[in-house]
Amino acid sequence: MSVKDRVIAIVAEQAVLEPSDVTLENTLEDLGIDSLGLVESIFAIEEEFDITIPFNANEPEKSDFDISSVATIIAGIEKLVDSAPAA
Amino acid sequence: MKRVVITGAGTINALGHDVPQTLAAMKEGHCGIGPLEMRDVERLAVQIGAQVREFASDTIFNRQQLALYDRFTQFALIAAREALAQSGLEFSGALSAKSGVVMGNSGGGMQTLDENYRTVYEDGKNRVHPFVVPKLMNNAAASHISMEFNLKGPSFTVASACASSNHAMAQAFQMVRSGMAPVMITGGTESMLCFGGVKAWEGLRVMSKDACRPFSATRNGMVQGEGAGVFVFEEMDHAKARGAEILAEVIGFAMTSDASDIVMPSRQGASRAIAGALQDAGVNREEVGYINAHGTGTAANDKTECSAVADVFGPHADTLMMSSTKSMHGHLIGGTGAVELLACIMALRDGVIAPTIGYEEPDPECALDVVPNEAREASVDVVLSNAFAFGGLNAVLALRRV
Repeated sequence: MSVKDRVIAIVAEQAVLEPSDVTLENTLEDLGIDSLGLVESIFAIEEEFDITIPFNANEPEKSDFDISSVATIIAGIEKLVDSAPAA
Repeated sequence: MKRVVITGAGTINALGHDVPQTLAAMKEGHCGIGPLEMRDVERLAVQIGAQVREFASDTIFNRQQLALYDRFTQFALIAAREALAQSGLEFSGALSAKSGVVMGNSGGGMQTLDENYRTVYEDGKNRVHPFVVPKLMNNAAASHISMEFNLKGPSFTVASACASSNHAMAQAFQMVRSGMAPVMITGGTESMLCFGGVKAWEGLRVMSKDACRPFSATRNGMVQGEGAGVFVFEEMDHAKARGAEILAEVIGFAMTSDASDIVMPSRQGASRAIAGALQDAGVNREEVGYINAHGTGTAANDKTECSAVADVFGPHADTLMMSSTKSMHGHLIGGTGAVELLACIMALRDGVIAPTIGYEEPDPECALDVVPNEAREASVDVVLSNAFAFGGLNAVLALRRV
């Protein structure tokens, strides 16, 4: 599965939706994911890709990691996966 | 109803090992937060905290005691010894039979848990020390205080996360006010600065990696602390009859539950608790000169707390002072309200308002006088202490100058 499909699967599970119901344009709010759902999703993504996501719930706008839509989340993860040291 | 006064105070926290050191540090705006010193700290994403430093427990307790006292119990006993010494009380006969201890605590013996989980899970050992259970149970601190000072009345521990101390002191207040107990020892204690304790908090992504800056637009989260605060709550006539020095009067409290979200605070839940404390104390809102804020330094708490205060106080919200001393001693979780009550007593007795340090930039959503960065001299008659816990459990205390 591509990074995109893996992220969508995680977000869909958190939102209790089918992956086919999640579009790249969706915001987490659109999908009904609240602040706790967000930190849970980030945890699931970190576990899935074995990466560390720089996200502080107090200043989401200051993180390098953009959570404004499903597309920006995928882009952020692709960047982190590419720069992760080979295990 | 009886009137309730405070006749003793004790503490140990990152700002000092007793009350005079702590108040001096608050007056100076000293910061007790620094790099954490603990095993495996390099595996933590958050590596700062307000630790109690230069603490040689083996010079204070003997070997048998240390085998039974987790760090949170040690802190509680040190604070209780100072408070009881100041009060001059000794407990025997009827006084002993009726007086008790109510302590706030959230995590119990987390150092003991951490060490012994390591022993069985990481080191693969199949045997732990026989006193693990009596050491980690979260009533251990209250029980050891009762034993050391011969307190045989109502004694227990209250756990309501970050509001534990305020809920505990509210219980003690109610017992003395109702005439159930002439004296109650109360406060809170916490020692969560161990690898597992910090690691657990990291997960929520609400911790700052550099500093606690409550109410500042630049705030980026909370910083954990550790320590204890213990007070002697005494029926006023009892205190006067023996000529005790009175530090302040406890005049009211209120507790509310948000009944909405497990972590997000509620403006309405907070404002109901603040308004309830004023009503219970029978004071007008204009009489309140200072509020020791919950002020965790998270985005969510600080703006919610400021809007709740604005709701309750109306135009007077712009006149009163509200500071968060967590910027100095960190967030002691179940012990925090007790250490913060010291700032309330200092405001009433010494006329010094503890500052909110680390304040860098105004936030329009926290547009109150938060006493930024420097302590201030001011005469205040009535103060409040706020605590709003995870789980939506709120407790606010009201105190008056004597």
